[in-house]
Amino acid sequence: MAKSIDISGLDVYYGDFLAVSDVSMTVEPRSVTAFIGPSGCGKSTLLRTLNRMHEVTPGARVEGKVLLDGEDIYHSAVDPVNVRRTIGMVFQRPNPFPTMSIYDNVVAGLKLQGRQPRKKLDEVVEKSLRGANLWNEVKDRLAKPGAGLSGGQQQRLCIARAIAVEPQVLLMDEPCSALDPISTLAIEDLIQELKEKYTIVIVTHNMQQAARVSEQTAFFNLAGVGKPGQLVEMDDTQKIFTNPGDKRTEDYITGRFG
Amino acid sequence: MTTTMSSTLRGQRLPRWAVPAIGVAALVVTAALLAGLGTWSTAAFVVLAGVLFAVAVTGASFALEGARQARDRLATTAVSTAFLLAMAPLVSIAIFTVSRGINRLDGDFLTRSMFLISPSGPGGGAYHAIMGSLLITAITAVLAVPLGILTAVYLVEYGEGRRLARAVSFFVDVMTGVPSIVAGLFIYAFWIMALGFQQSGLAGALSLVILMLPVVVRATEEMLKLVPQELREASYALGIPKWRTIAKVVLPTALGGIVTGVMLGVARAMGETAPLLLLVGTQVRINFNPFGFSDTEANPISTLPTYIYSQLTSATGNTDSPAFDRAWAAALVLIIIIMLLNLLARFVARFSKARG
Repeated sequence: MAKSIDISGLDVYYGDFLAVSDVSMTVEPRSVTAFIGPSGCGKSTLLRTLNRMHEVTPGARVEGKVLLDGEDIYHSAVDPVNVRRTIGMVFQRPNPFPTMSIYDNVVAGLKLQGRQPRKKLDEVVEKSLRGANLWNEVKDRLAKPGAGLSGGQQQRLCIARAIAVEPQVLLMDEPCSALDPISTLAIEDLIQELKEKYTIVIVTHNMQQAARVSEQTAFFNLAGVGKPGQLVEMDDTQKIFTNPGDKRTEDYITGRFG
Repeated sequence: MTTTMSSTLRGQRLPRWAVPAIGVAALVVTAALLAGLGTWSTAAFVVLAGVLFAVAVTGASFALEGARQARDRLATTAVSTAFLLAMAPLVSIAIFTVSRGINRLDGDFLTRSMFLISPSGPGGGAYHAIMGSLLITAITAVLAVPLGILTAVYLVEYGEGRRLARAVSFFVDVMTGVPSIVAGLFIYAFWIMALGFQQSGLAGALSLVILMLPVVVRATEEMLKLVPQELREASYALGIPKWRTIAKVVLPTALGGIVTGVMLGVARAMGETAPLLLLVGTQVRINFNPFGFSDTEANPISTLPTYIYSQLTSATGNTDSPAFDRAWAAALVLIIIIMLLNLLARFVARFSKARG
């Protein structure tokens, strides 16, 4: 069920501003691909184009192709709603729906597929929360508001919410940057489990994290001041962190710049 | 107290009891002064005592604590004074209305109309006016609330940055300032002169819609803008369509503020008099039929504001008249109804939020 993503010649715009230029890459199914690079180089922007969240921003658009198992998600006949059901997303800041209980947060995406029998919803809630390693912590207070959990729990709730709709790809935009080391570890363990079933793309500023969790790493950089972000290189994580092919990658991961 | 002058953190402070003490002293001194002059006036007493207090506190603070603390004390006094000045009319209206209105606020008043009661004679009640107000306001709310909320949803969620949305937003602002008699005049020209119908509750409700709509739109618009974009994105990312995101995530998140806005609109509509005099007329009997309009016969309904107006007219300035008491009792009922509606709305908003 996990699908691959092929990006070819992708340019990403905000209005007239070219934010990311000419990206081509392949994301393997059932693996973790990490996007690293300095702030403002377009990692998150690129990630958001993969489930058509980019176009939610007024004036934002893309040129080029993004193929999900060979099918162009930017084809004019494709409904972005269906794309987002197939490609789930977890955001930088935990954002559970404040008016909903833990239970309702998890099934929020599922309920739109029409009325579901309560029994099935119960099963999905347990399965998703177990999948996000949160079940044991919240099973006695499913009716309590999701906003009452700690930051790390909220983020795992958001992951549970994302996997409840059974997507094929999971995009994670710096999912641990607002979390403490223990919660981060919990989420990294979770990523290791999730990659058995899902294709995962994760943006991170934490290079140890990229080295720990990912199979493939893509390094992005700005072509220069005021110029668009670009993909410098993409390779096996092992190789990127030990023997990168590009000088700029080496400078970045060893902390030398300019 | 041992204060080393060399410390940069510690300084002399006015003791805690100083401010109230100065306040009491200011009152006593002012009272003595006015008594000595032999010209007592409450207004002069309050103003004089206030000025004396401000000067004394600031002066004492300046002498003991220094210039910066003195300015702080002066600002605190000024802000507190402004607060008290703002509260004074509100509190006095409440006290005045309750003390006058309580005379006639009894079971009879709430359950009887003015049918077959002499306008300036004793007895009678405001049942017909209470029901009329509730009916007309309910019609107004049913028309204006969905329209207003949907307009705000368009402005914030769909029309962002578009010329049409900016124009609508501008005219909503303009409409907020439309005097009620102008709204009444508009419906009068449209409904009564152009279409040829006579007075009816519906005509009054239509004019109140014009007054209530901008309040609801404005309040809802501001609340929707406060809903974080992250929540919309979280919903979109689950593959939830836009309309469902708005219905299930955005509106519930903004519900508390929307309810407040709706209540402000209801309160405004309920208190309007001018358009109702023009479009609904006054009536001494119970009339539960606001929709009965025709081009031959007027179908007036009494409402609380117009009831107050006609009672005061009947009282002809005589404060001993039973009509005068009825006017105040009706004013009290109006305030109580708006208060109850507010409490109900808050309760509903809290309940639906906690339900999760």
